Amino acid sequence: MEILLFGIAKDIVGRTSMDAMEFNQRPTSVAELKDKLRQAFPEFENLTSLAVAVNSEYAEDSILLKKGDEIAIIPPVSGG
Amino acid sequence: MEEPIIEIVANLDTSQVFGELSHPGSGGICVFTGAVREFTNKQQVVSLEFETYEKMALGEMQKIAGEASKKWELNRIVIRHAVGVKQVQDPVVVVGASSAHRDACFEACRFLIDALKKRVPIWKKEHFSDRSVWVSAHP
Repeated sequence: MEILLFGIAKDIVGRTSMDAMEFNQRPTSVAELKDKLRQAFPEFENLTSLAVAVNSEYAEDSILLKKGDEIAIIPPVSGG
Repeated sequence: MEEPIIEIVANLDTSQVFGELSHPGSGGICVFTGAVREFTNKQQVVSLEFETYEKMALGEMQKIAGEASKKWELNRIVIRHAVGVKQVQDPVVVVGASSAHRDACFEACRFLIDALKKRVPIWKKEHFSDRSVWVSAHP
């Protein structure tokens, strides 16, 4: 399960993507993914907000992650 | 309403938007252009760098255009954002709407840029002479 990284998330992890298998247990929900990310990279705690997109849609914490989903970490957006 | 024009581009041409919004039923055409400002909190900006999650950004821009066309009676909508490195005074975003009378397109235009800034996955890094900062990342 590939996780795309953008903006400051890319800088914190140091790459443009990572694999969910890199966590000792694969996250099963958006909430779990956020928790694991914050544990592995505490700098995420300092951000204004942290959102996750599943298959290019904003996903609530309760959304379950399925094999083959395209997941992206969405740090605070700043377009315009 | 006609299909909205939704794009993410490397170089933004601000001269094309009038033609895109022009419509025989539109007596009003309203456009907002965002550009690179030289100073942020009294610090001189060297350049801005934009990146996007393009697939999702285009999807969110489509949704915003759809919401605007439900709220107001519009004939045409344009939402176009630039990515890459931009210098002071470069245009980075153009949004616009056209409608029979001016009220609808003024209000829609404001909505388009406000919604874009709030939820379209585009990120801006400010490069100063001595450091770089992702805008809005930290409280």
